[in-house]
Amino acid sequence: MRNTWIAVALVAFAVPAFAADNVGLVKVSKGSVQIQRGAEKLPAPVGAALQAKDVIVTGADGSAGVTFTDNSLVSVGPNSVFAIDKYSFDSTTHQGEFEGNLRQGRLAAISGKMVKQTPESMKIRTPSAIMGVRGTEFVVEVAQN
Amino acid sequence: MKFLALVLVAGLAAACASTPRHVAPETFAVVPGAGGHVGTIVVHPEGGHEHVIHEAYGAERIKADGTVEDGKLTEAQVKADFGATLAALPGRPATFTLYFLEGKDELTPDSKVEMDKVIAELRRRPLPDIVVIGHSDSVGGLSYNDKLSLARAERMREMMIGMGIPAERIQAAGRGKRELLVPTEDNVSEARNRRVEINVR
Repeated sequence: MRNTWIAVALVAFAVPAFAADNVGLVKVSKGSVQIQRGAEKLPAPVGAALQAKDVIVTGADGSAGVTFTDNSLVSVGPNSVFAIDKYSFDSTTHQGEFEGNLRQGRLAAISGKMVKQTPESMKIRTPSAIMGVRGTEFVVEVAQN
Repeated sequence: MKFLALVLVAGLAAACASTPRHVAPETFAVVPGAGGHVGTIVVHPEGGHEHVIHEAYGAERIKADGTVEDGKLTEAQVKADFGATLAALPGRPATFTLYFLEGKDELTPDSKVEMDKVIAELRRRPLPDIVVIGHSDSVGGLSYNDKLSLARAERMREMMIGMGIPAERIQAAGRGKRELLVPTEDNVSEARNRRVEINVR
């Protein structure tokens, strides 16, 4: 009986709201927001799941906020293009790698568990630089050329 | 004024040293967190030197001609430029702890009041992921406490569903007396161990 309860608890934790490939969830979606996944363009309502390699694209009236599996939070403002180039996170060891790429627009972020475990495991690339995150809250802008 | 002078010097030096190019201007800045915590970022401009920023509103700019300047933004500038972006940040993950009467799945009077705050917080989040973990003190056997702690978690889950939180967003689990908040010998009544943790993401 005791083992059954442990098994139930383990299953409950092993199957959270995220499926295996999902790296984050859209928690805020205002105005025009799309997810580019390969050749597909998908809507990005609240609750949409994100995968590594997805690109978030917002229009002039758009903004979006995402919670990643390591509890890092990222938002993008209007007229922004943000690609999740790489994302992995081990919820047991808290080791991981997060490489975001802000091609244009504005981004705000609060780093999560992986940066707490390993500073600079989260990086933001821009057209002219690469930024390492040691924690915690920061903003980045890539203005129109 | 000092900053302006530094910028001018840096700008002149960079202008003399490198051939002109045209890039999209970029800004990187540290923003103080909710509790006043100030973090650290490290900016490596392409072909330039790495710069560590660890003061509130400390910033680095890459200008259209490719030169780099370091300085500070004001809170007002950050609000003006990043207001809509910061407003879209999801709520931070939060943890609440509520306490129970001995041997029951009924909240203490104080925790009943606290529960109203938890519900208000949950309602502010458009799509909460909630994990409720029940615990007990060390009075009684393992199996009894596993059931009691799960009953406490389930009771909270049902209360949240009753308040309009969608059932599929809430998971409940019981940890029995396996994770005492206050370590005690076995069979010790301890109010601080009779609790549920509500983790919200």
